[in-house]
Amino acid sequence: MTRINVKVDGVDHTDEVEPRMLLVHYLREQVGRTGTVVGCDTSNCGACTVHLDGRSVKSCNVLAVQADGHEVTTIEGIADGDRLHAMQQAFHDCHALQCGYCTPGMIMQSIDLLNDNPNPSEDEIRHGLEGNLCRCTGYHNIVKAVQQAAGAGVGGGGGR
Amino acid sequence: MRPFVYERATDVADALDRAGDGAVFLAGGTNLVDHLRLGVRSAERLVDITRIGLDEVEELPGGGLRVGALVRNSDLAAHPALRRGFPVVAQALLAGASGQLRNMATTGGNLLQRTRCVYFQDVTMPCTKRDPGSGCSALEGYAAGNAIFETSPRCMAVHPSDLCVALVALDAVVRTTGPAGDREIPMTELYRRAEDGPETDTHLVPGELITHVDLPPLAPGTRSAYRKVRERASYAFALVSVAAALDVVDGRVRDARLGFGGVCHRPFRARRAEEALVGGPADAAAFAAAIDAELAHARPGRDNAAKVPILRNTALAVLAGLADEGARS
Ligand SMILES: Cc1cc2nc3c(=O)[nH]c(=O)nc-3n(C[C@H](O)[C@H](O)[C@H](O)COP(=O)(O)OP(=O)(O)OC[C@H]3O[C@@H](n4cnc5c(N)ncnc54)[C@H](O)[C@@H]3O)c2cc1C
Ligand code: FES
Ligand code: FES
Repeated sequence: MTRINVKVDGVDHTDEVEPRMLLVHYLREQVGRTGTVVGCDTSNCGACTVHLDGRSVKSCNVLAVQADGHEVTTIEGIADGDRLHAMQQAFHDCHALQCGYCTPGMIMQSIDLLNDNPNPSEDEIRHGLEGNLCRCTGYHNIVKAVQQAAGAGVGGGGGR
Repeated sequence: MRPFVYERATDVADALDRAGDGAVFLAGGTNLVDHLRLGVRSAERLVDITRIGLDEVEELPGGGLRVGALVRNSDLAAHPALRRGFPVVAQALLAGASGQLRNMATTGGNLLQRTRCVYFQDVTMPCTKRDPGSGCSALEGYAAGNAIFETSPRCMAVHPSDLCVALVALDAVVRTTGPAGDREIPMTELYRRAEDGPETDTHLVPGELITHVDLPPLAPGTRSAYRKVRERASYAFALVSVAAALDVVDGRVRDARLGFGGVCHRPFRARRAEEALVGGPADAAAFAAAIDAELAHARPGRDNAAKVPILRNTALAVLAGLADEGARS
């Protein structure tokens, strides 16, 4: 077992983990943040996307020990109390989800995308979300939601 | 996943001290963690090298760049000096994987990622690269992704990296340290051919640490670009890819660099095409003759013959684009 200190959604955690434990399993099973989901076994689908020190990663592809000393933000940590994050609100407004399984990862990757490029074109949004698969294939509304969030200034820009 | 011990190196010397004895370096982990999970690979000890430094891009006098082995793929792709001087490298990086993976993946890890051949990743199938001596399942099996250059029945797999295709084309040099001392290995000599023994991908020795990758400067006015063709528009490994740099002066090619991806056990340098290009006119007929000189040495098989015309068209489009770009400026 290895001792790790990780800040998850603003709260410090100190835990003993097996080195082989994946970050996503640590978040779900040990910290109880089940909002982050596992959609595949191959680092492909992006459903497990979280932020590690503010940048998106696939938490099924990172060991919990790699997050030691770092800060993790999950889909459960972005709202301000009852007030949804502007990206969450945009997904809601634009009906950017069907079954909702890909949504936590889509939202976390969309925030990363706007942090990198606050005023993306439609094409840039589609490419920026290439690592997130929606099995309901609801991509159009997801793109619209990201455009709305960009307009609302999520990445610090004013939208196009 | 089989259990292993996790250690964290504090600096380069400490990383080398911890190497050996079943230890494997862990960088971003985007390839290694997958392999541990799939059982493609096992390790007694992982030595995390992400906190040893080597995470900076340094501008060298004369216009070259020295890239630390632990620089993340996203950071490298966004680096202003790289985008300015070596667009082919930035484009190759951005053509690979996805944002989340590039945020974790490192330069050194990208160079040492293993093949995506389906048989390599399926532990229930024979694969000599994974299980030495077991033979190559791709010879008679699913073969659409197989190599067409330097083919060997020992292993038909192709090298998966986009970045490496740009780096072989640009004569990048890999700097290492370890049991064999400090070494500088040209990218074109880092990788083994399938016929040299596909069990190992490179000429690195166990415990050898990549510290940097050096990019020598290109002549001013040189244009460069990367184009990747895949089975869908994004987020897939290359069916074929082309990295090219072209220096055209008064309508004649002064220098040409060409790398091909998705077609060989190692990132492939198209030297025959380069030789045919240099000194000749920068026009479509000369480009076609040069690419055909290289393709004459391709050995496609039953299922992957399409790679030849796709590669031809891609290479010609990239060269024409670079010549055009140069003519317009
Ligand atoms: C879904 C998916 C899609 C992908 N698509 C693409 C793609 O289209 N194109 C592409 O090019 N790549 C693609 N990749 C691969 C990705 O680029 C690699 O996984 C990544 O670059 C590896 O870097 P890393 O730092 O995570 O390496 P790790 O996984 O940490 O390490 C890989 C290997 O390198 C060794 N190593 C790492 N650093 C050093 C060092 N400094 N010295 C010595 N040994 C070292 C490790 O021991 C290990 O054996 C994809 C990956 C995934 C999961
Ligand atoms: S669960 Fe992590 S990428 Fe699919
Ligand atoms: S909404 Fe169902 S997977 Fe995307």
